Amino acid sequence: MKALLVGEYKQGKVEESSYELVGFAKQLGLDAVMFFVADDGAEIKFDGKVYVADAGKYTEYNPDLHKALIEEVINKENPDLIVFSHSSYGWDIAFRVAADLKVAAISEVVDFNKDEKTFIVPCCNSKFRREVKPKTDKVVVTLQGGAFQPVMEGSPQIEKIDLPEAKSNVEFLGFVEKEKVGVDLTSAEIIVSAGRGVGKKENVEIVKALADALGGELGASRPVVDAGWVDPSRQVGTTGQIVAPKLYIACGISGAIQHLAGMKKSNFIVAINKDKDAPISEVADVFVAADLLEFVPVLTEKLKK
Amino acid sequence: MKILVCVKQVPDMESKFKIDASSKWYDQADLVYKINEYDEYAAEEAVRLKEKVAGSELVVLSIGPERVKDVIRKVLAMGADRGVHILDNEEHLKDPYQKASIIANYAKNENFDIVFTGLQSEDRGSAQVAPLLAGLLGYNFVSTVVGFEYNDDKITVERELEGGLKAKVSLPLSAVVSCQLGLNTPRYPTLPNIMKAKRKKLDTVNVADLLDGDALVETQKIFIPEKKAGGIVLEGEVDKIADELIQILKEKTQVVK
Ligand SMILES: Cc1cc2nc3c(=O)[nH]c(=O)nc-3n(C[C@H](O)[C@H](O)[C@H](O)COP(=O)(O)OP(=O)(O)OC[C@H]3O[C@@H](n4cnc5c(N)ncnc54)[C@H](O)[C@@H]3O)c2cc1C
Repeated sequence: MKALLVGEYKQGKVEESSYELVGFAKQLGLDAVMFFVADDGAEIKFDGKVYVADAGKYTEYNPDLHKALIEEVINKENPDLIVFSHSSYGWDIAFRVAADLKVAAISEVVDFNKDEKTFIVPCCNSKFRREVKPKTDKVVVTLQGGAFQPVMEGSPQIEKIDLPEAKSNVEFLGFVEKEKVGVDLTSAEIIVSAGRGVGKKENVEIVKALADALGGELGASRPVVDAGWVDPSRQVGTTGQIVAPKLYIACGISGAIQHLAGMKKSNFIVAINKDKDAPISEVADVFVAADLLEFVPVLTEKLKK
Repeated sequence: MKILVCVKQVPDMESKFKIDASSKWYDQADLVYKINEYDEYAAEEAVRLKEKVAGSELVVLSIGPERVKDVIRKVLAMGADRGVHILDNEEHLKDPYQKASIIANYAKNENFDIVFTGLQSEDRGSAQVAPLLAGLLGYNFVSTVVGFEYNDDKITVERELEGGLKAKVSLPLSAVVSCQLGLNTPRYPTLPNIMKAKRKKLDTVNVADLLDGDALVETQKIFIPEKKAGGIVLEGEVDKIADELIQILKEKTQVVK
């Protein structure tokens, strides 16, 4: 089986996740080529052929042009699998390629069953896994970040690729960086985070009091930030901060993959959650099955003594 | 302007799920259902656009069994003009390609200028229906939208990328836009609007009239992932487990003394 691995290049650098695609291809024993839209001289580590389109011409962000380039490579290579990261880049392009080719698309792959030739994907916030089988010969897949070991080795044979006619309806106006104000959670030794389970803004105080009693920082999951209950600089996760404190206490957080990605490297993880099936239990060293509104104030009082 | 918003009904993810008899999906009985969180942002943005552009019509569409009318009514109460229910008791067995083609077959005669959807559903999480729909309709597409503006037949959006970075892009209509959490603050329908929504038009179309192809992907089975062994579970009386937790933290971490 042959695979086309669609790597990502952002702000002048190859994204690490691109090498997870290589790890996936290795694990499956696939014959692989890669594709990047990158600058001349971009540092790409790969033991094989890499098609490179010029980022100066096609810009780092232009899904229409990148899609057309990828389809050009598909025509040349005729791969069985077309592999993207399950990322903002993948969501913009992968499934439109699948629509154009009218082939099966499988999102957020975390594992592969070699005998059955099926892919394993999570569902219901990781409470379940689904085993799915593509019914077309060609398949587009996106891989969940962190699910496959990255492989970063070799020097590639670069082959430049260009489009005879480049046409796009999308105009890229530039990147917008997040303001770097507020707290830096990356240096905190203890983080106590509030999730949607706190129920309402006032209850964030209960979690904050526990953080204070422990001499730690308050963190939060995304819905709590989106609702305006906690400052965005305190968000932990893929679109927040990636933290690794000595102690992480998650209060009323279910453990969605995007949250776990931001905190699972913590040394010791405590989850306080009333749902024993919550996926956070997969990473918790201690799982406290309790209503946080009852439990946290009691814990805080005891710690203060 | 003609606007479509596609919404899905999903169970509350905190539910006690059971696998159904076919082993292909969760048992749908005895669950509490609600609007898919991502679609709520899509619905709010669609209503705001309708309110901004005089003379617009906003249609809300959902595929599923009878009960999905609840989410259609919710969006009607938020401000949509009419609803379309695509009646399908086997929606859960269809793949994203089939769902996108059902919507495309409905939409192609309506000539919508813009279609809003959520980035993904909370249960399947495929993030496929919107881009497949754009592909089938031949519309422009942009995903993961956290900022939206419309001016002079063009939309300018902010897309969320990883690590706190966003990309600002502009594209012409017709377009499909998939909406990410935090795009706006969805409104709560008021009681008078809920009452008014009951009188709005809600058409039902049978899915058989719109479906024209087989699934490209098939679910073989659904199963519960194995839990990592080794984690301690504390439960019972709050006072007692608080003492137990403090003891563990003192023994196992250097930061609690
Ligand atoms: C592209 C993308 C990027 C994202 N980036 C991030 C990110 O950076 N960070 C992030 O956090 N999320 C992120 N998300 C969102 C993520 O998918 C989840 O929606 C989010 O993490 C859920 O937050 P939560 O766990 O607080 O809420 P929920 O999933 O709603 O969980 C609430 C939990 O609280 C429990 N609970 C309820 N009441 C109580 C109580 N009284 N006592 C105890 N427990 C209770 C429930 O059992 C449940 O497990 C992102 C999503 C996408 C698609």
